[in-house]
Amino acid sequence: MTAIAEAGSTSGTAPLLAGDGRQSSSLGLLVVAGFLWLALAALILAWPDAQEVERTGLLGLLAAGFGAVQLAASAGGWASEWIGERAGDWLATPLARVRRLAPWFIVLALWIAVWEVATAKLDLLPLPFFPSPQAFVEVYTDDWRKLGDSLLASLWLLLRGFAIGAAVGFAVGVALGWSERVGYWIHPVMRLVGPLPATAWLPLAFFIFPTSASASTFLIALATAFPVAVLTWSGVAGVQTAYYDVARTLGANSRFLILKVAIPAALPHVFVGLFMGLGSSFAVLVVAEMLGVKSGLGWYLQWAQGWAAYANMYGALLVMALMCSTLITVLFKVRDRLLAWQKGLVKW
Amino acid sequence: MVALAERPVVETSTREPVGARLQGRAIDHGFVLHGAYLPVLDDVSFAVAPGEFVALLGPSGCGKSTLLRLVAGLDRPRAGSLSVDGVEVTGPDPSRVVVFQDPTLYPWRTVWRNASLGLETRGLLRTHRGRVDDALALVGLEKFAEAYPHQLSGGMAQRASLARALVNDPKLLILDEPLGKLDSLTRLVMQGELTRLWQSRGFTVLMVTHDVEEALLLANRVIVFSDRPARIRADLAVDLPYPRHRDDPELLRLRREALGLLGMARDW
Repeated sequence: MTAIAEAGSTSGTAPLLAGDGRQSSSLGLLVVAGFLWLALAALILAWPDAQEVERTGLLGLLAAGFGAVQLAASAGGWASEWIGERAGDWLATPLARVRRLAPWFIVLALWIAVWEVATAKLDLLPLPFFPSPQAFVEVYTDDWRKLGDSLLASLWLLLRGFAIGAAVGFAVGVALGWSERVGYWIHPVMRLVGPLPATAWLPLAFFIFPTSASASTFLIALATAFPVAVLTWSGVAGVQTAYYDVARTLGANSRFLILKVAIPAALPHVFVGLFMGLGSSFAVLVVAEMLGVKSGLGWYLQWAQGWAAYANMYGALLVMALMCSTLITVLFKVRDRLLAWQKGLVKW
Repeated sequence: MVALAERPVVETSTREPVGARLQGRAIDHGFVLHGAYLPVLDDVSFAVAPGEFVALLGPSGCGKSTLLRLVAGLDRPRAGSLSVDGVEVTGPDPSRVVVFQDPTLYPWRTVWRNASLGLETRGLLRTHRGRVDDALALVGLEKFAEAYPHQLSGGMAQRASLARALVNDPKLLILDEPLGKLDSLTRLVMQGELTRLWQSRGFTVLMVTHDVEEALLLANRVIVFSDRPARIRADLAVDLPYPRHRDDPELLRLRREALGLLGMARDW
């Protein structure tokens, strides 16, 4: 164990040591980024708007605040270098993370400056298709309640459908991989129905189910279940027979073989299925909300388009992207925890 | 091993025999391959006394491993009978454990949780945790209890699978070329460890190997099989004290005889 622990700790410290030389220069970049954001704030506040926009003051304040945070972080970085070891990890780790983002901060400041000048300041781009950064901010300050409700509605619908679909798909996949009799009946059905995009069921589902919410839950579950079932099935079917032989010679019954051998061995495949299922559930969610459900981010998008409120659409798209990305991240975290025994996991 | 050399010569175990008695009568077995029946074992009869170490030697692919699977209860013979301590073998049992050529540790379990498998399947884990620690200590892996299989070397992994077998306190240890994939140095070390374990525990060992020298170094008896379908060609008694030496003249003579039976007399 000591050999492993040592190997682990040396490989852990190596990148830190290598990064030491670059630390000061990226600290310098963070200072540059901080001043750029302050300059951006000055540009927003001092240059009179050509378009009729609100929230210019707030946007300027946000930019200034963000710049100040970056400057404070770089000051903290210098301070912790001065103090040295004693600063400890609680300060050093988040600072290092912020520091890595300095080039992104710089590019973002420049991009927002261009955007601001081209829209609010000079009115070069046609409205309402190209709203200014102010209008973007305004969506969140003025419409956060409706956006928040939509986010919660989407999340609730998605998680319900995904949970049901993942559970059913997993159970079907294990049954298919384990039992030939189940395979005889389910396999042809799955081959015929599985590849059909879940959205194709949309008109029928809205007709059959009593509410649009239950119809959408069904569709999302369907979209999730298929990839989860196929991948779980192939995972269970692909378990080495030697694993079963070992357990059988040690006195395992079939319950043990399924729960403690087949399922853990298939888990890496199951997670691939879950990722695919989550991806297709996003697609079904948005389509269902645009076509039938009267709430959620998809509905919000549709509604904003009806009012030609493009800033609201962009705002909702950003929220949706953050939601999907967060859910994928959560799934990755769960997988990393459950499959910690695997070598060379892809980091998200 | 040095300490053992001081003691009087013993043929089997130093303890009273706890090993299983094994009896095979007229065993026929085979597979259906591409519609044709392929005979693998032909009229194989043998007996193994409690505490004996018997090696099965034969050309590659002759059916030795198939015989082991029958003894383990993983497959049933097509004809003939196989009994352990007078009881017909109808299925696997933890008193007869197999160590396969590949360690086949579960990669999702730590070494400790791999070794404890046999207790877990029988619901004995809570009351017999100490046996897992003992078995790991016996194979020298106590410091790696919390390691995952991918962190182990080949020899360590095979030791872990040996510990997984020993936890069950087997009466019959079935070894299917357990050292076949190890490098030659690790192999030498583990040959010594296997002898030591067998001598101290007193279980019966049935080991398949295609290494003539290994068979003669470890076993009381070496059963030599013919090419497929496997028949027993000879049953050689190895009447030598442990620890044995590779250059013992009697061992060299037996080696020549065994190689001759395998059809290699003039080629090596």
